[in-house]
Amino acid sequence: MNQIKQLVNGVLKGNRRSIAKTITLIENNPHEAQKAVSKLYPHTGKAHIIGITGPTGSGKSTLIEKLVKELRKKRKRVGIIAVDPSSPFTGGAFLGDRIRMQKLSTDKEVFIRSMATRNSPGGLARATRDAVKVLDASGKDVVIVETVGAGQSEVDIIKVAHTVVVVLAPGLGDDIQAIKAGMMEIGDIFVVNKADRENADEAVIDIETMLNMGSEKEKWRPPVIKTTATKDEGTAMLLNRINQHMKYLKKEVFDIQRRQKAETELIEAIKQKTTDSIIDELRRKGELEKLVQEILAKKTDPYSAADALLKERLKRFRTNG
Amino acid sequence: MVTKSLEAEKQVFDEHKLSEIQKKQKHWKEKTVPEWISRHPERKNSFHTSSSTHIKRLYTPEDIKNIDYTRDLGFPGEPPFTRGLHATMYRGRLWTMRQFSGYGTAQQTNKRFKYLLKEGETGLSIAFDYPTILGLDSDHPLSVGEVGKCGVAVSSLQDIETLFNGIPLDKVTTSMTINGPATMLLAMYIAIGDMQGVPREQLGGTTQNDNLKEFHAQKLCIFPPEPSVKLVTDIVEYCAKHLPKWNPISISGYHIREAGSNAVQELAFTLADGITYVESALERGLKVDQFAPRLSFFFAAHNNFLEEIAKFRAARRLWAKIMKERFKATKPRSLWMRMHIQTSGCTLTATQPINNVIRVAFQSLAAVLGGTQSLHTNSFDEALALPSEEAVRVALRTQQIIAHETGVTDTIDPLAGSYCLETLTNKMEEHAMEYIDKIDSMGGVISGIEKGFFQKEIADSAYKYQKEIENKERTLIGVNEYAVEKDWVPIKLLRIKQQAEKEQVDGLQKLKKKRNNKKANDVLNKLHKAAEHDENLMPTIIEAVKAYATIGEICDVLRNVYGQYKEQIII
Amino acid sequence: MSTKRKIRIVVAKPGLDSHDRGAKVIARAFRDAGMEVIYTGLWQTPEQIVETALQEDVDVVALSILSGAHMTLFPKITKLMKQKGLNDILVLGGGVIPDEDIPALKKIGIAEVFGPDTPTNTIIKFIKENTQKTK
Repeated sequence: MNQIKQLVNGVLKGNRRSIAKTITLIENNPHEAQKAVSKLYPHTGKAHIIGITGPTGSGKSTLIEKLVKELRKKRKRVGIIAVDPSSPFTGGAFLGDRIRMQKLSTDKEVFIRSMATRNSPGGLARATRDAVKVLDASGKDVVIVETVGAGQSEVDIIKVAHTVVVVLAPGLGDDIQAIKAGMMEIGDIFVVNKADRENADEAVIDIETMLNMGSEKEKWRPPVIKTTATKDEGTAMLLNRINQHMKYLKKEVFDIQRRQKAETELIEAIKQKTTDSIIDELRRKGELEKLVQEILAKKTDPYSAADALLKERLKRFRTNG
Repeated sequence: MVTKSLEAEKQVFDEHKLSEIQKKQKHWKEKTVPEWISRHPERKNSFHTSSSTHIKRLYTPEDIKNIDYTRDLGFPGEPPFTRGLHATMYRGRLWTMRQFSGYGTAQQTNKRFKYLLKEGETGLSIAFDYPTILGLDSDHPLSVGEVGKCGVAVSSLQDIETLFNGIPLDKVTTSMTINGPATMLLAMYIAIGDMQGVPREQLGGTTQNDNLKEFHAQKLCIFPPEPSVKLVTDIVEYCAKHLPKWNPISISGYHIREAGSNAVQELAFTLADGITYVESALERGLKVDQFAPRLSFFFAAHNNFLEEIAKFRAARRLWAKIMKERFKATKPRSLWMRMHIQTSGCTLTATQPINNVIRVAFQSLAAVLGGTQSLHTNSFDEALALPSEEAVRVALRTQQIIAHETGVTDTIDPLAGSYCLETLTNKMEEHAMEYIDKIDSMGGVISGIEKGFFQKEIADSAYKYQKEIENKERTLIGVNEYAVEKDWVPIKLLRIKQQAEKEQVDGLQKLKKKRNNKKANDVLNKLHKAAEHDENLMPTIIEAVKAYATIGEICDVLRNVYGQYKEQIII
Repeated sequence: MSTKRKIRIVVAKPGLDSHDRGAKVIARAFRDAGMEVIYTGLWQTPEQIVETALQEDVDVVALSILSGAHMTLFPKITKLMKQKGLNDILVLGGGVIPDEDIPALKKIGIAEVFGPDTPTNTIIKFIKENTQKTK
């Protein structure tokens, strides 16, 4: 407990080692980390959380580096969480995104942390959310969450953000169609990076067309902008749009979005807690093993076994409630 | 489609004889071999070269029956040069024995050069330290600890003056292993020639000047790919017009191989780079026959003996074809692939280092049997430290023993006609061509670099090689087999005195005070304009080095205009 | 119910040499051994390496150098780590490092030096054995 207290105090003072250690705890031992996160919770809510996603090769990391430079000019303190996939076979991972932002690594007001997916989509979404809270509570003005690709788990992660930026690049080949399909719905801002390449304008038109097919209910029409991160072109404009989006949120939907996020998070927490506690109990009492053996002996099947179990427990839950 | 009768005409072997051989071979394969194997199993289920090319149990006339002697092999000194570039090869002149060296200050290296010339070396070869290679002066903060470590430190013309003190440039040829700042080092060499009164037409040597392979393999890049190729082409153009005896570029597979590629990748990527440079020079408006004869190549000689010989022979044949068919070169010399070969540093082991003498000997034999024009043999202590004088001598003696004692130099291309070797030569060409087609279809080398293609290919091969050693699929004597408790190192390892750095930095700082700073700045400003206007920068850079502007200063000007290289990390 | 602890490791190339074959091979081997690997790329200053180790809260810093500048750069790195309180991180050296330098490197806090020819498994085993002690 003393350790938790120390970590929390450190984070609140912006101590980089405490931030790092707290995020490690979140990754390795969510149960224990919850104590710290709860203490930090009242200090969160100040940071603008930006999700940045896009396929490999779209130049996200370079764009982020330039965006952060722009933010630093305005003296904003920045936290970055870069998510990379773990290998499904070995569990190992290359955490490669920070490399491209290595120039930022010695700036005391920038904190970069890489996280591996660890093959647990649900766990990761939670871990990222908590890590964002740590950076938020530590006094960062902006927290950027970077993910690759457009799988459901990435979409779940990026939901933590207020503003989602989808980065694409011309000439990425056939993947782009599939990627766009997964990303059109989540993007608040679309970036065509590497705009000095051929076909950049076509890519813009392409995205605009897809946006036009979407619903017109929302008041925010996602802008499509061109950047060439390597030459630092368009990044100031991108930041401008990001800030506009925040203004829009505050004016129009911020409270709704906040309420929604809180509700989603609560529901997920309930789901996880109930499942965890039921499974823990079954394991402890040996009931899990017993049922497994029955399934193996073909006396029952997994679904009937689960039904039988939950019936019991849900009944108890109702009478207790 | 070639008709049957035409094909028969081309064949080296008589058709009746061939069918008799086939019959006998069938018997051997179905009777003799199985009987023997049933009692004496083979060492492995299958055998492969480093490039995963399958190696057959036996090669026979059947394997090379489609060879057209005059088309595919020809005669030495005639296209397609498979059998060698020169009509008499080593019966006339031996290859150039060129040992890459350089460390510490220019003064120390000057002493080493004089020693090597006395020992019978016929060409100088300069290694530069990392700050120089990366276009940083010796007093740059990133240079701390690196000055004079892996080569000689050169920041300004002053250092080159010391380096060549007492060495007349009309009596030696000099190879400079320099890429990013190649324009500057060549400019300094020209300046020394001017001081010594040697006409520019007489300056002989090579600048490595191959920036593309840096992006694939060595990563000692200063600028982004496109301006890097522009600088390469500046030298190619300048030499075509003013330095007729200078090899403006040494298109290098060596570093690609050392970074982990296999033999096929080494050959293919090198030729693809070569194609890019030729295209760039053509875009400049040069005629292909105007510069192609001076292009030279640099390959590694690795352990797999036969595959390596095949690689060198296939390389010459393939380049001749590319120059003739793709670029329509007409001069025979434009089809020449002149090559320098170095034995492979990454095959040398830190354990039982004396075994490296033997590795180097086999590798250099492969280079000679492959018909090289120039050879560097590595020193056996290189996995432990920079080479000591004694180890360098053994390395040089290895070449001399091959040249004078083994007899392999007495006839030309002695392994030609070997069923196995000719097959491997064909396969090597075929597989390299597949890669070149693939690179073409992805839009060329620069586009491949942007996609991370080369780095990925090389990293995959390097990892495979390491795993093979660890799984003992590949035997490395003294490492995963026949290890010993105590190693025997018969020499004292070379230590570079830290003092070199201090001397060098002091000298540089004195220079920056005593030179005419206004003149230096004026030329640097002029260079900035020239770079913005996309001129050939050689003349202005010569002016700049003569005004004692430093390599760091010149590179800073160019970084401003061109931008800086950003490492693209692909694991 | 806690997630299994992962070994996090920085593979860094201090100094100017660009021989990254070894560093990359080893980074892959670490990943394949189930570790989370941050490879820094070339030309890292001691400050960058140490700050990366701190922010990423790694268990191991593996330094690869082949230029001969290890006696200048390694001490700078370990000194900075001490200043920032990173005392529980295992620091390893690799590359072309003469035997006679090893005692001095161990004195300044390099836990082990792995020369050329070292099987990746040897290094992985060393890491697994020595990170359990500290954490």
